[in-house]
Amino acid sequence: MLVLLAQALGPVDQDYLLEARQMQALSFAVHIPLVCFGVAFPALVVGMEWLGRRRGDPLLLALARRWSKVMIALFAVGVVTGTILSFELGLLWPEFMARYGDVFGLAFALEGFSFFVEAIFIAIYVYGWERLSPRAHMLVGIPVVIAGFSGSLMVISVNGWMNHPRLGEAPVKALFGNSYFWHEMVHMYLAAFLVAGFVTASVYAVARLRGRRDRYVRLAMAVPLVVAAITAPAQVLVGDWAARSVAEEQPVKLAAFEGLGRTEKGAPLHVGGWYDDRRGEVRYGIRIPRALSLLAFHDPNATVKGLDTVPADDRPPVNIVRVSFFTMVGIGTLMAVFGIALLVLWWRRQALPDGPWFLRLVVALGPLSVVALISGWVTTEVGRQPWVVYRHMRTEEAVTGAGGIPLGYATLVVIYVALAVATVWLLRRLARAPLQLEAGDGSS
Amino acid sequence: MGLAELPMLLALVGLAAYVVLGGADFGAGVWHMLLPGERRRPLRDHTYHAMGPVWEANHVWLIFVLVVVWTAYPGAFGAIFSTLYVPLFVAALGIIMRGTCYAVRGVVSGPREERILGALFGASSALTPFALGTAVGGIASGRVPLGNAAGDPIDSWLNPTSVLVGVLAVVTSAYLAAVWLSADGARAHRDDLVEAFRKRALAAGVVAGAVAVAGIFVLRSDARPIYDGLTSGVGLVAVIASVAAGAATLSFVASNRLEAARWSAAAAVGTLVAGWALAQEPRFLPGLTVEEAAAPDSTLVALLVSLAIGAAILIPSLVLLFGLVLGGRFDERPEQPGSLEDAGRAQPTSGPRGAAPGRAAGVAAAVCATVGAPLTFFSDGGVGLVIGVILVLAALAAAASFLVPQVTLGGDAGAR
Repeated sequence: MLVLLAQALGPVDQDYLLEARQMQALSFAVHIPLVCFGVAFPALVVGMEWLGRRRGDPLLLALARRWSKVMIALFAVGVVTGTILSFELGLLWPEFMARYGDVFGLAFALEGFSFFVEAIFIAIYVYGWERLSPRAHMLVGIPVVIAGFSGSLMVISVNGWMNHPRLGEAPVKALFGNSYFWHEMVHMYLAAFLVAGFVTASVYAVARLRGRRDRYVRLAMAVPLVVAAITAPAQVLVGDWAARSVAEEQPVKLAAFEGLGRTEKGAPLHVGGWYDDRRGEVRYGIRIPRALSLLAFHDPNATVKGLDTVPADDRPPVNIVRVSFFTMVGIGTLMAVFGIALLVLWWRRQALPDGPWFLRLVVALGPLSVVALISGWVTTEVGRQPWVVYRHMRTEEAVTGAGGIPLGYATLVVIYVALAVATVWLLRRLARAPLQLEAGDGSS
Repeated sequence: MGLAELPMLLALVGLAAYVVLGGADFGAGVWHMLLPGERRRPLRDHTYHAMGPVWEANHVWLIFVLVVVWTAYPGAFGAIFSTLYVPLFVAALGIIMRGTCYAVRGVVSGPREERILGALFGASSALTPFALGTAVGGIASGRVPLGNAAGDPIDSWLNPTSVLVGVLAVVTSAYLAAVWLSADGARAHRDDLVEAFRKRALAAGVVAGAVAVAGIFVLRSDARPIYDGLTSGVGLVAVIASVAAGAATLSFVASNRLEAARWSAAAAVGTLVAGWALAQEPRFLPGLTVEEAAAPDSTLVALLVSLAIGAAILIPSLVLLFGLVLGGRFDERPEQPGSLEDAGRAQPTSGPRGAAPGRAAGVAAAVCATVGAPLTFFSDGGVGLVIGVILVLAALAAAASFLVPQVTLGGDAGAR
């Protein structure tokens, strides 16, 4: 205890706590889609290269090479947005760092190494086309795939710890011996493949709708789409595991998902509607009896704890959490149905559908997958409020006493808008080059 | 030195690596800005190409320093970041701008776009090391007290020592970069580049030396403890080593021994970091020693063990990267024109081998999914759940390795 006191900086008044939280959330929302590409894209690219070399198919190799350029560009943007996040941890939440940095810092140190390894090998991979032997080039790709996985594992172990801290444990045990973070890890890892897959497929679906029918565009859409299609149903299964873990360890968060005001046996689920704080119930929603108990505990008669189990001060903002949760679940379900339908169609026809409405749906799934991703993180992070370290440290205890948060926030918004514009512009420029290919694609 | 100081030593090694490698990188950006005009285009392009493959890795050193400090000295980290929020925020913005410029650089075309990008790249390359330098100056001159935003938000970084360190960071970066860029030019047998950057290396070396000497007087009046530390004992040894390495670099550059200059320039800058550390040791923040700031032993041991494991992976990887870059394997080559067009025209060469993608993978996917999915769904934690989840993930991997070859095969048969 003495140690903890020695590391505490002292309480402060911060008028702009909400702005500080929004600033952190904004930075996170900018970073996390890029993470998906850092985690999942290398596996796609290296897989394509492997297949291309095995088959001697130059088109697959050309595709892998083009994607590797996109991969390093997005990684570069991810490096800077990730650096911002690590700066913000100190700039906005010094008290959190001071009191608990010694526990979760370890995971970030290991993440730093993963990041390092990924940065090194991604550069060798991208600069190494034609400069390394085919075998050496493929081998160089493998550490990129592994580092993408291990890096996200480290970061999510910190989030798992924040949601399910056990104080007084040594860092290694507290972080990696934590039963709570594995569902987050697997859920996020699959989400990375969904986002990278659907977003990439979406881009090429646009090209096909515009009349580009060559083999290059067809394969560039089919590969990520198939990967995302098989991942989507599995994600529903993992999501169910996640919800059951939340029900057990963070009952208040689960109550906020559904807007369950009072503890109930055989609790219902409401689709749509709005949580009314005064009445402590969801209004204007479609009520499905016992569904919440069934979903959360796989038992229609299970007792589900309500928001009333904790004082009003200890509850998260219910409607934000609830809307995010249902957005994620809704889009996730859509993606899973789409994925199964696609696989069934493929099985029967041995070809993927190609009609304009199918392509339009694929176009829509790209941005929708990003919305689901961000909604999922809002669900878990806002759902953790008012705690930064669940039941141990409140967000307002963690915040900086420094001024200038509104100014910093405004500046950051401007910078991120510029960054987004630059990234879109960059990707469009990168996409122009395949036109060359179309002209040269003689096999019609 | 005890357990409590060891992470600080590693953080300082990381800082020295960042100041040298990241510094060369920033410096290249500064030269990019200082070389306008069409005539100097080859020089300007050189500043980009030389750093292209290594810049991401160079910047991870900063993250390394941050995570080591926040894990091992969390209270001091919180104090530093909450007081020095202005320069650190500015540095963060500079890092965003710079990274974006690197990412975008490959696709710009036309003089107007290049001018805008060059201006942003150059400005952020100077701003970031300056801002980080002012933060270091705030710590060195004892202006960051322990506490949540307990120091002055302006004076902590806008003071003589901070400005000195900020300027020194920019000029040493430019100096390092010029030395390295001329050595890179020599490797590529580009005499024009060698000559241009040699001249600039000599000039920047003289300026950096002058700023450092002037800095001694600034420190004497503004940060006396650091001045005392630098002018006596081991601090003085580091200063002398830095001066000697700087002088050696000038003579190497003058006599065209550029590979040797590369290393001595790095040593001259790296020893400056060592000098600061030795002059300030054992103080960290006012009234707080490094030992007092340290996290509990269990954390320090875990951190050191993981750093050792990380280093075992990282060091060979870095050696590989820099070996390839310094060996000239990644130097600019003319693009092979038409490679994509050929790819579009060409058809698979080994059709039969690819035509029979593993049915076994499909079967494995089906089996894993059939067993894994119910196991995951019905297990309440424990071994069953673990096995279920692993089987589901295995099913995904198997399904991907079955389906991706299938869907990429479709068009080969001409079913377009």
